[in-house]
Amino acid sequence: MSRVPVPCHVKGTVTLQVGDVRTSQGRPGVLVIDVTFPSVSPFELQEITFKNYYTAFLSIRVRQHASTHSPAKWVTCLRDYCLMPDPHSEEGAQEYVSLFKHQMLCDMTRVLELRLILRQPSPLWLSFTVEELQIYQQGPKSPSMTFPKWLSHPVPCEQPIPLLEGLPDPSRVSSEVQQMWALTEMIRASNTSTRIGRFDVDGCYDLNLLSYT
Amino acid sequence: MLQEESDLSLIIAQIVQKLKGSNLYAQLERQAWGSWEKRILKSLNSMCTELSIPLARKRPVGEQKELLNKWNEMGTDEPDLSLFRPVYAPKDFLEVLINLRNPNYENGDSLSFRTHLGLIQVPLKVKDIPELKECFAELGLNTGQLGIDDSTQVPPELFENEHVRIGQKVLAEQDSAAAQQYIRQGSPTALRAELWALILNISSQPEDILYYEQLKMNVIQHDLLVDSLIYKDVKLTASNDDYYFVFEDYLYQVLLCFSRDTSVLGHFAYNSASPPKSYIRGKLGLEEYAVFYPPNGVIPFHGFSMYVAPLCFLYHEPYKLYQIFREMYVRFFFRLHSISSHPSGIVSLCLLFETLLQTYLPQLFYHLREIGAQPLRISFKWMVRAFSGYLATDQLLLLWDRILGYNSLEILAVLAAAVFAFRAVNLMEVTSLAAAEAVLADLSTLKVMPLLQIFLFATVT
Repeated sequence: MSRVPVPCHVKGTVTLQVGDVRTSQGRPGVLVIDVTFPSVSPFELQEITFKNYYTAFLSIRVRQHASTHSPAKWVTCLRDYCLMPDPHSEEGAQEYVSLFKHQMLCDMTRVLELRLILRQPSPLWLSFTVEELQIYQQGPKSPSMTFPKWLSHPVPCEQPIPLLEGLPDPSRVSSEVQQMWALTEMIRASNTSTRIGRFDVDGCYDLNLLSYT
Repeated sequence: MLQEESDLSLIIAQIVQKLKGSNLYAQLERQAWGSWEKRILKSLNSMCTELSIPLARKRPVGEQKELLNKWNEMGTDEPDLSLFRPVYAPKDFLEVLINLRNPNYENGDSLSFRTHLGLIQVPLKVKDIPELKECFAELGLNTGQLGIDDSTQVPPELFENEHVRIGQKVLAEQDSAAAQQYIRQGSPTALRAELWALILNISSQPEDILYYEQLKMNVIQHDLLVDSLIYKDVKLTASNDDYYFVFEDYLYQVLLCFSRDTSVLGHFAYNSASPPKSYIRGKLGLEEYAVFYPPNGVIPFHGFSMYVAPLCFLYHEPYKLYQIFREMYVRFFFRLHSISSHPSGIVSLCLLFETLLQTYLPQLFYHLREIGAQPLRISFKWMVRAFSGYLATDQLLLLWDRILGYNSLEILAVLAAAVFAFRAVNLMEVTSLAAAEAVLADLSTLKVMPLLQIFLFATVT
């Protein structure tokens, strides 16, 4: 399904913490990232992609119009989505993630604003965030094609012509020819990068030193 | 050389400041590995310039003929290798792994619950014993094993005969997945060669024999510096080993051809390392004259030939031995000498070993640490070589059966911990690293499967 990136403005992260940030010993475990769409009218969100950086859990809230004329409200569309199965270890810490609209708890139509709530309960990591955030909406649908009549209504099979003496079965030949044609098409289409085993250049493999670059 | 490694953390910290929020984890892998690779390249280049030997040259026709004649007895050659030295040894590699740091990880200077007490400081996820029990379920006490239930005291009707019969059936069906499941309980000696070939998908077609002959021709035509390193390694390790010295000639035939095999370059697609590059003499910087060196991209280190030696017991035709070794290398062995976060990579294996020891033998771990004998310093060389050269060959082959069966190298870390558990009483009495090494110097009498079974399933935790 085609998708179109939506230009968005990602505000800086805001840490949520009880008490004074300067004096408290611990690290904030919750961050909030606001995403606004200043130049775009309310749209239907298709996909969110980002690169994780040591965030353990992600919640997303969306501000949307419930129906065309009602005022906009904040709704939670993703709750505590787990990005790192073990918050203390590296697994999942730097993965690329895609979230689709069918994974969301609510309908993602008429989206005005997004708020990402990142949580990292482990004190082991110095910082955490998400990077390369991209929002996508649905692209234009591909033009519907009308199938030619003979494709959608195949002609019923005719009686097979009687085999001539000594000649192979025509349906078998035709299927074999089709297979060969498919193979040649595949080979032509694929850019084969398989090496043929040569490591020298025109028979010469005189080397002096290794290169550092 | 050590200065380079301690500068590494500083360099990483500086880069963190500059490139905050960029691809640091992969950069950590690349940075650590890049610095290590550069050191290897420097070592090889300095050997070239010191000894005035080119990296590669074409052999004159007379020399080609001579080599062809003594292809089957290259072991009788006694070239002067005294000036060559191995590019690196496992202990150098261990130093690199010890200095791996994640810049986003809170290490702190003071000891806290966050500090790893072992040598590895990277917080990768490793399995604990309950998870290992689930993973290696077929090694449990209620399942028959070769290596335990085929000993002389156990009547063969109880397990062994039936197991052999099933093995023959699996081979008759040529079912690779079934073979992999079957071999988790060990392989009968008579069926092992065929079973491994079935699991590794090696079937010797005429084109494979032809391919090997082509590699042999490449060896005859071009002489590489790496060849001398291979010679030296074989002479230092396999030739000195009571079990493997008879296979010396086979080792040359396999390893020299392995260096010329460009199909091995394919494994760099899933290996974080990259093959060293060079340029044809006189064409420095011109991309059309850039080549990989050695042609397979793998520079052998001290002990590399031990990956091949045990296979010589199973396969006697050079081309078959070669194919099996190449497949084992690109599936398993390359992970033992490259840095990655893969669960079977050497970093994860080291961390798994240390975590198992610390969790289930805390007194022993603490004691060894106090006397300055970090356990990983002793077990690292076992794991890097997949225990080849340390265990008796029949035991080693039973261990490698399980590597193939479970498609994972984690069993090496578990065995290393099991060995420490077995010799714990003696180890508690030693007072120095040298004494600890002495207690664990000889593993040739150990029986692998009982050790694994007891450690995983029969230890009271």
